[in-house]
Amino acid sequence: MSAANSSGIVRASGAGQRFLRYLLYALLVLFCLYYLVPLYVMLTTSLKTVGEIRTGSLMALPDAPTLGAWSKAWDTACVGVRCDGLKPYFWNSVVMVVPAVLLSTLLGALNGYALTKWRFRGANIIFALMLFGAFIPFQVVLLPMARTLGLLGLAGSVFGLILVHTVYGLAFSTLFFRNFFVGVSDSIVNAAKIDGAGFFRIFFAIMMPMALPAIVVTIIWQFTQIWNDFLFGVAFTIGDSNPLTVALNNLVNTSTGVKEYNVDMAAAIIAALPTLLVYIIAGKYFVRGLAAGAVKE
Amino acid sequence: MASISLNNVFKRFGSTEVLKGIDLEIEDGEFIVLVGPSGCGKSTLLNLISGLETISEGEVLIGDKRVNNVPPKDRDIALVFQSYALYPTKNVRDNITFGMQTRKVPESEQQAALSEVSEMLHIDHLLERKPGQLSGGQRQRVAMGRALVRKPEVFLFDEPLSNLDAKLRIEMRTEIKKLHQRLGKTIVYVTHDQIEAMTLASRIAVMDNGHIRQFADPTTVYEDPVDLFVASFMGSPPMNMLPGKILRDGGLFIEPAGDTSGLRFPVPGEIASRFTANEGHEVVLGLRPETIFAAGAELAGPDRFVFERPIDVIEPTGPDTMLVFTIGETEMIARVRPQDEAPVGTSFRFEVEMAKAKLFDRATGVRL
Ligand SMILES: Nc1ncnc2c1ncn2[C@@H]1O[C@H](COP(=O)(O)OP(=O)(O)OP(=O)(O)O)[C@@H](O)[C@H]1O
Ligand SMILES: [Mg+2]
Repeated sequence: MSAANSSGIVRASGAGQRFLRYLLYALLVLFCLYYLVPLYVMLTTSLKTVGEIRTGSLMALPDAPTLGAWSKAWDTACVGVRCDGLKPYFWNSVVMVVPAVLLSTLLGALNGYALTKWRFRGANIIFALMLFGAFIPFQVVLLPMARTLGLLGLAGSVFGLILVHTVYGLAFSTLFFRNFFVGVSDSIVNAAKIDGAGFFRIFFAIMMPMALPAIVVTIIWQFTQIWNDFLFGVAFTIGDSNPLTVALNNLVNTSTGVKEYNVDMAAAIIAALPTLLVYIIAGKYFVRGLAAGAVKE
Repeated sequence: MASISLNNVFKRFGSTEVLKGIDLEIEDGEFIVLVGPSGCGKSTLLNLISGLETISEGEVLIGDKRVNNVPPKDRDIALVFQSYALYPTKNVRDNITFGMQTRKVPESEQQAALSEVSEMLHIDHLLERKPGQLSGGQRQRVAMGRALVRKPEVFLFDEPLSNLDAKLRIEMRTEIKKLHQRLGKTIVYVTHDQIEAMTLASRIAVMDNGHIRQFADPTTVYEDPVDLFVASFMGSPPMNMLPGKILRDGGLFIEPAGDTSGLRFPVPGEIASRFTANEGHEVVLGLRPETIFAAGAELAGPDRFVFERPIDVIEPTGPDTMLVFTIGETEMIARVRPQDEAPVGTSFRFEVEMAKAKLFDRATGVRL
């Protein structure tokens, strides 16, 4: 017993405890299934042929798995009138999401740092206003934003979409970083001031390295939000500059004869893959970051 | 040249007034120790000198230059923070050299300065570690190192040795004193440690509640305190404070309050002569523990007074033994040689050196 569990917290033992632990695991497995079953159906369906889908059961494994639906979704499926698959739209999304995520994260960090460590008159009011931005339903801003983009000459372009996402991402990224920096002792900043460092040197040399957990959390959050966004994409881009989410919608709705569920499923998974990847790579920081500030170094 | 002058300095945080008119003239190369109870404004005063806080009223001069509006980096000061304030993501080496990197000091100079201070502070084996991997005392030494490498005109230390073990603390105390003698820079040093204050300071400033009560060399502060506060704050164990009344009966006597045994402490002529209080005036008689010892333990001198009291508690400290006894309602401590010690409860003959006694007005606390 002691050999099996000689590190970590000391746990109560006994039959009752063991029963409770198994109950807990059973519950967790149940929740897992709840999330995993739809994914299972999507994955198996995407590997089947249209014929097999029509005749077979929803839960059955594919008889002869094929990647045909995947390559069609990626390369040749028709999105509206254009039949190049999702590929061009995927790159649209990448080109939009990378600068939007980096910009909103960097600016959010700068905001959070200035709001907590270089406090100025009215800082709280500014922060409250920014927070307000996090809770506005985006439908409300569609028209004014469309007008603004029109005036800037960015309507219908990827740059316009980058701007929109950067601006609306700021509310959350500022919130994340402000809450992180509030927990960082002011005396560290004071020490750096005495060491001769100015606003930006302190930011880049001292604060940003400390803020790694907050950076990861913000990047994951912004990436997911911006990648998955449909509303701004459909409202502010046209045709060839559509992001992936809009293209996916168009692909599924472009009905020519028989509904190809396998292609739809493959397309949906392709659209979801990048966010999944980001979670897998950075997920452990995400969990840690959410608890950041609870324990002070 | 780095003298420091504070002229009528006030500091308010919102409506709370933390510093209430501080005047200090610190000469170039002096070693000033700030002492005072927790929360009296010592760290705040250092922050004003360093420029980390803005002065509410008054002015601060470093050298002949008014620095009220000069940012910290241009004041040529170094500050050791009470909370260390190390950069958590940088290793010890970079923590210490960050200031020099920022100021673009040549690499070779940085290296030389780094190895000099890291050897002096015994942290040369820790250079690659992050602050999170250091003990409290090691962190404190890194914080010291960060201040020392820059060789500024003024050093500000906020309780730099408070987390060290007794041996290291004495060692570091000596190092700081040597450093001061070698560099001759102006130092303002906050501590709660009496011995540190006495051994390091060229002058001690005793603070209380936003005021400076006394600013003088250590001997004067110890032997000639201006009031009850300073007298009771300096010294460990603290000065015995015996409340009583003036009695004029041929000479000047103090009659301890609440005492029924007819004890009267004779006030020596030298103190009595500069002193006009009336009979019955309420005073406090201050007697340092080391001025009360076993009768006959020292060669007879003038103005000695002998009395007997039973011993309540015995506290051996090694070189001396503290005997606790009571006069009236007041607990008193005497410092005797270990060989003079007697069992608890026995009546003990104490001898007081009245020439070293201090008298304070009980109502105002002012020294008489
Ligand atoms: N930013 C601030 N806002 C409001 N009050 C403050 C602020 N900083 C310090 N104070 C108050 O000022 C007083 C003096 O604080 P300071 O840190 O100077 O005390 P100190 O003498 O250094 O005490 P210690 O010996 O415990 O370090 C305290 O009562 C503290 O609560
Ligand atoms: Mg302090």
